[in-house]
Amino acid sequence: MTLLVSVFAAVISTVLWYKNAPKSEMKLGILCWLFWGASLMWLVDAIFEYAELKAAYFAPDPADMLNDLFLGLSVVALALVIWLVILLVKDPKGVVKNALFRKKAG
Amino acid sequence: MACFVVPAVEAIVVTVVRKVMEKKEKQPEEVDIVLDGVPEKTHKMPFSGKLKWLTNLLWGGSVLLAFEHVWHGEVVPWFPFLTAASDPADAAEMLHEMATVGVSMAVLVTLVWLAMVGVSSVIEKRALKAEPAKV
Repeated sequence: MTLLVSVFAAVISTVLWYKNAPKSEMKLGILCWLFWGASLMWLVDAIFEYAELKAAYFAPDPADMLNDLFLGLSVVALALVIWLVILLVKDPKGVVKNALFRKKAG
Repeated sequence: MACFVVPAVEAIVVTVVRKVMEKKEKQPEEVDIVLDGVPEKTHKMPFSGKLKWLTNLLWGGSVLLAFEHVWHGEVVPWFPFLTAASDPADAAEMLHEMATVGVSMAVLVTLVWLAMVGVSSVIEKRALKAEPAKV
C-alpha cells in the first residue's frame, strides 16, 4: 500500500512538473525525485516480501493495510513539507524576499 | 531494518564525486539547435548534471525510507540509532538485510539512472541530427 501511494504521488508530481515545464518556479522536480526514489526502493522491498510470502503478499490483513496506507499518506505529507521548505528557502519567485524588503516610496 | 543505509551511503559517495567533477568540468559544450522552430545556442548538459539525477533519486528515496524506519521503530534518535544494532542476533539479521535488500535498492536506482542517461543521450543525438541549426 505504501508503494502504491508513493507511485501515485510520483506519477501525479511528474505530470504536474511536465505541465509546468520548462518553468520551474514551483520546484516540482523535487517532489518527482523524492517520490520516484522512494518508489524504486519500496519496489525492491515489495519484491523481496513477495519472494518470501508468495500469494499471501497480495492478501494482507486489513489492519496492516490500514497502517500501510497511514504510513504512505504520512510519507506524502513529509515529502510535501520538505518540498515546501526548499521552495520557500530557494524562493524562485522572490515572494519571501519581497515580503521581507519593501521598496522605498518615491 | 536498515536497508536505506546502503543507498544513503551511495548518495554520499556520488554527491562527493559530483562536486569534484563539477569543479573539474570545463565550460559546458555549446550546441546550435532548433527549439520550437527557432535556432538557438544552447549548452549541452554536462555529465555532472546527469549525475545529479542519481543523487536526487538516492537522497529522495533514502530520506523517505528513513522516515518509514522511524515509523516502524527501527531507527531511534539515541545511540546506536538502529534498534537492531543493540542485539547481536538482530544485528546479524540487519546486516543480511542491508546486503540483500539494501544493495538491491542501490543497484535498481543506479540501473534506472543508467537507463535515463541512455535515453537522454539518444534524445540529444536525435535532436542534433534531425534539426541541425544553420550556422
